[in-house]
Amino acid sequence: MPGPTAPPSRKSSEALPLIEFRNVGKTFARGALEAVRDVNLSVAPGEFLTLVGPSGCGKSTLLNMTAGLFLPTTGEVRYAGAVVADINVRVGYMTQVDHLLPWRTLAGNIAVPLEIAGRPKREIAAEVERLMTLVGLTGFGASYPSQLSGGMRKRAALARLFAYDPETLLMDEPFAALDAQMRLVLQVELKRLCRLLGKTVLFVTHDVDEAVALGDRCIVFTSRPGRVRQAITVDLPGDRDLRVLRYDPAYLAQCGALWRLLTPPVEPAVAPQGRRE
Amino acid sequence: MIPLIQAAIVAVFLGTWQMLSPALGLQFFFATPLAVFQSLWALMKSGLLFYHAGITSLEAVAGFLLGGTLGMGIGILLGRHQLLAKVLAPFLTAIYSLPKAALAPLFILWFGIGIDMKIFLAGSIVFFLVFLNTFHGVREVSHEQIAILRLMKANERHLLTKVIIPSAIVWVFAGLRLSVPYALIGAILGEIIAANRGLGFLISSAAGRFDTAGTFAALIAIMFLALVLNRAITFAEGRLMPWRAAEEGREVPI
Ligand SMILES: Nc1ncnc2c1ncn2[C@@H]1O[C@H](COP(=O)(O)OP(=O)(O)OP(=O)(O)O)[C@@H](O)[C@H]1O
Ligand SMILES: [Mg+2]
Repeated sequence: MPGPTAPPSRKSSEALPLIEFRNVGKTFARGALEAVRDVNLSVAPGEFLTLVGPSGCGKSTLLNMTAGLFLPTTGEVRYAGAVVADINVRVGYMTQVDHLLPWRTLAGNIAVPLEIAGRPKREIAAEVERLMTLVGLTGFGASYPSQLSGGMRKRAALARLFAYDPETLLMDEPFAALDAQMRLVLQVELKRLCRLLGKTVLFVTHDVDEAVALGDRCIVFTSRPGRVRQAITVDLPGDRDLRVLRYDPAYLAQCGALWRLLTPPVEPAVAPQGRRE
Repeated sequence: MIPLIQAAIVAVFLGTWQMLSPALGLQFFFATPLAVFQSLWALMKSGLLFYHAGITSLEAVAGFLLGGTLGMGIGILLGRHQLLAKVLAPFLTAIYSLPKAALAPLFILWFGIGIDMKIFLAGSIVFFLVFLNTFHGVREVSHEQIAILRLMKANERHLLTKVIIPSAIVWVFAGLRLSVPYALIGAILGEIIAANRGLGFLISSAAGRFDTAGTFAALIAIMFLALVLNRAITFAEGRLMPWRAAEEGREVPI
C-alpha cells in the first residue's frame, strides 16, 4: 500500500467480483512463449482498473481472454460468476490496433454497433453525429479510415466503443496516440460516463500519470511472464476533477510512488566496468 | 502522349496490313483493313450486326449473371462452412477440371439449340471462376474484424453483410473481371456449334462462305463487345467499392 494510511475498504471488496482471474496462465506458440503466469485478480462491478507493466508482459493477452477471444492455458477467467469460454458479449473491447472496417466511412464504422442493435436509421445518424462531436471528429464522417491519421482512427474506435453500451469496457492504450489536450478531454469524458453508468473498466496504459489519474486501482505487472507485481489502491476520490489533478499533492505523491516502483534498479547502469563473467 | 503513341501503332499496323496483304497475294486469307471496314459497315447498315451482337450480348450477360450469382453464393456458403467445403472439395475439383466446351453437346441434348443452351454454357464457365475467387476471398477475411463484430453481438447475417461480403468483394470482382472473356467464349462457342444467330454464327457462316473480311468484321465486333463488358465491370466496381477509389487516390505514406 502506498502511503501510511490504508484507504477505507471500498464497496468493491464486499460485492461479488464481476471479473475474476484465477491462477490464469497463458502460453503461446505450443509452449514456446509464456505470456502471463499465475494471475489472480478480482474486479468489482463499477471498478476502474488500470493495468501497467513493461511492453510484452501480457496486458493485451489478459484483455483478450476477458473478451473470450482465446482461453487461458491454465486457470480460468470468470465473468459474472461463469467461466469465459466463448466470445464475451458483455464486454466492449477497444483493441490496441483499431480494426476499423476499411470499406466503411468513419460514420459508417461508428454506426456498426448501432446497426447491429437494430436502431432506426434516423436515430443512428443523430447518435453518430453526437459521438463524432464528442471525440472531435466532426466533419470527417464521410472519410475512409485510410484517409485519417492514427490518432483520428483511435478516436473513431473510441466513438464506436461508446456507441454500444457494454457493461464492461476493455481499453488497450486508448489514448496513446493523442495530443495532451484531446487526451484530457477524453479522459474526463470517459471517467464521467463510467461513473454515471457504473461501467467496469480494464484500462491498459503505459502512462503512469494516467494510470493514477483514472484508476480506482492500479495493477502493476512484472515483465514477461507477466504476474501481478502489486495492486495499488489509488487514494483519490471517485469524482476527482482531472483538470486540476496535477496540482493535487495526494495525486502527485501517488504518481511518485508508482514511478519509483516502475523505475528499474540503477546499479547496472552506473557500473559499466563491473562486468562479470 | 500515350493515346498518340497508341494511335500511331494502330495506323502503322493497319497501313502495313493494307499494303502487304495484296502485295503478297494473301488477300484471300487476310483480306485488307479496307475490305473489313466495308464489310463491317454493310453489316451495320443492314442492322444485322446489332441483331447478332444483341443475341450474343444477351447470352453472355445472362450467363455471366447466372454463373456469377451462383458462384458468389456458393463461394460464400462454402467459405463459411469448412466442413461442407471439405466434403465437397473433390467433387468440385472433378467438375472444375472438365473442359466446359466438352459439355456443349450434352447441353444441346438437354436444352436444345436455343439461347438457353448458350447461357448455361457461359454460366458454367463463369460459375467456377467466380466461385473459386469468392471462396478464397471469404477465407481471407480478417479474424480480428469478425471477432470485434461478434463482441458487438453481431449474428451471422451481420457478419455477412458488414464484414465478409465487403471484404470478399474485391476477390469477387477479380473473378468477374476474369470471367468476361470466358462468358463470351461460352456464348460464341455455343453459337459456332449450333445456332442460326449471334456473332458466333456470323463468324462461322462468313468463314463458310470464304468471306475473310466478314469473319474479321465479326471478330472486331466481339472485341468491341468484350471492351463494353469490361467497362461495365469497372463502372460497377467504382459504384460498389467506393473505398477503393479513396485508397487509390491517396498519397502513399510508409
Ligand atoms: N496471438 C498470439 N500468438 C502468439 N504470441 C502472442 C500472441 N499474442 C501475444 N503474444 C505474445 O505474448 C506476449 C504478451 O503479449 P501482449 O500483447 O499481451 O503484451 P502487452 O503487455 O500488451 O504488450 P504492449 O504493452 O507492448 O502492448 C508477447 O511476448 C507476445 O509476443
Ligand atoms: Mg498490448
